[in-house]
Amino acid sequence: MAAKTYKAGVKEYRETYWEPHYTPKDSDILACFKVVPQAGVPREEAAAAVAAESSTGTWTTVWTDLLTDLQYYKGRAYRIEDVPGDDDAFYAFIAYPLDLFEEGSVVNVLTSIVGNVFGFKAVRSLRLEDVRFPLAFVTTCGGPPHGIQVERDKMDKYGRPLLGCTIKPKLGLSAKNYGRAVYECLRGGLDFTKDDENVNSQPFMRWRDRFSYCMEAIHKAEAETGERKGHYLNVTAPTVEEMYKRAEFAKSLGAPIIMHDFLTGGFTANTSLANWCRDNGILLHIHRAMHAVLDRNPRHGIHFRVLAKVLRLSGGDHLHSGTVVGKLEGDRGATLGWIDLMRDRYIKEDRSRGIFFDQDWGFMPGVMPVASGGIHVWHMPALVSIFGDDSVLQFGGGTLGHPWGNAAGAAANRVALEACVEARNQGRQLERESRDILMSAAEHSPELKIALETWKEIKFEFDTVDKLDVAHR
Amino acid sequence: MSEMQDYKSSLSDTSSRKFGTFSYLPEMDAGRIRKQVEYIVSKGWNPAIEHTEPANSFSYYWYMWKLPMFGETDVNRILGELEACHKAHPGNHVRLVGYDNYKQSQGAAMVIYRGPMK
Repeated sequence: MAAKTYKAGVKEYRETYWEPHYTPKDSDILACFKVVPQAGVPREEAAAAVAAESSTGTWTTVWTDLLTDLQYYKGRAYRIEDVPGDDDAFYAFIAYPLDLFEEGSVVNVLTSIVGNVFGFKAVRSLRLEDVRFPLAFVTTCGGPPHGIQVERDKMDKYGRPLLGCTIKPKLGLSAKNYGRAVYECLRGGLDFTKDDENVNSQPFMRWRDRFSYCMEAIHKAEAETGERKGHYLNVTAPTVEEMYKRAEFAKSLGAPIIMHDFLTGGFTANTSLANWCRDNGILLHIHRAMHAVLDRNPRHGIHFRVLAKVLRLSGGDHLHSGTVVGKLEGDRGATLGWIDLMRDRYIKEDRSRGIFFDQDWGFMPGVMPVASGGIHVWHMPALVSIFGDDSVLQFGGGTLGHPWGNAAGAAANRVALEACVEARNQGRQLERESRDILMSAAEHSPELKIALETWKEIKFEFDTVDKLDVAHR
Repeated sequence: MSEMQDYKSSLSDTSSRKFGTFSYLPEMDAGRIRKQVEYIVSKGWNPAIEHTEPANSFSYYWYMWKLPMFGETDVNRILGELEACHKAHPGNHVRLVGYDNYKQSQGAAMVIYRGPMK
């Protein structure tokens, strides 16, 4: 092999980083970016620039390039595709050799592939649409502390989605009054209640008091109903030391599940907490505050399916995944795609669900998707149909806003859920027959009847901002 | 809007105790039970029967009735075993489980005969 010689200066990125004939290796990390280049920048050059800036390259040639096997270490743009419905943008597919990343570190992967490159001047905007994590990388990550099957066994609940509720008002309750709201929900038939993400340890309710009162609520509701219960005690904290302190206290009280906000708390903290939960037998519920900042703009940022995959690697037993039907954004096809990515063992490429790569998770446990935000009993048939059994359906206002209080609201949701599951098992079409299923269940449940009357007109029919890319002509 | 109602549930009232999926619905009649058994069979799950005294229903392990009916697809035979378990233990909850051996979990679990609450 002829030795290379050093020539200072600036080369076009595509001379080094555009390789349309490259065949990706099974061990490569693959990424699909949606790129809108600056005017006059050819697609191949923009794609190569993204590959370079997110891997080995910088803006100019440096002599130390010649001390490494650049051919081996560089990221490569290997394919370009049109984006259906957006003539200014294109998809760039980039392959990165596995050795560019530290084992078990989603932090390191993100630092590289969604790092500096997102501020790069040659592209007007950039969005990471999907990442294929090779099995060789997946097996270096801890993943969910327990996974779906272990959670079902621990909570002793089978054959239906689980039911939850976020306690409101989200700020301002005293710890004792807050525990009251938890107790009422759980005795009415919910499986879980949840700290709102904003609830950490404010002056009106310090975390230690909240944890104690919530555990009393759980214990009493379990004795009263004969079923296992949990409350997601939010241990998200200003420092990891404080986070661990809260988690240890939750453990000392016998809490079955705790909670963390993985984006605001950060991936390092999240991965450590997931490992702690695995070691201590405590389930981990993951909230996703800040996600819409990253994932909602169709042209710039990180798609939620990538954030969901990264969370599965970092670790969490539950993850909020949108509702499709409630008050918060979420396209149906795309949502079905990412809940498959959270739960299944092997997911095939499926552009109709926004999945750009086959993804093999090997033996890594799955994450339970959580549907939460502006949903009420009338949505139950659609939710059961969309999410299936391995999910948590969370009704906040839809439980607490019941005219007879939380326990009645919880019972209404539980009756509606069980009626929908029974009907589905009978082979009935839940969404088409929703009215009939709910109305006949209400004949035996005054709590459900009044809930159906209360929320019959509430709809959230706004157009989705982040849709799947579909052809416009 | 109808009159506000109290939610009736307490530690001292044993009828407040629930027992998993479908325990918030009225007890199923024979026709509805058959449909749930058919569902378990259609999923390819292995039926199994468990029972317990209602007072001990919180525990993870109920008493196993014989062994799981591996590969059983005859709905009448499954219903017959449920009835046999109920006759042998009339005071107990009798639960039908559908073991999903691929997921290593239970795809379904429901109490078919409800023991009297004491």
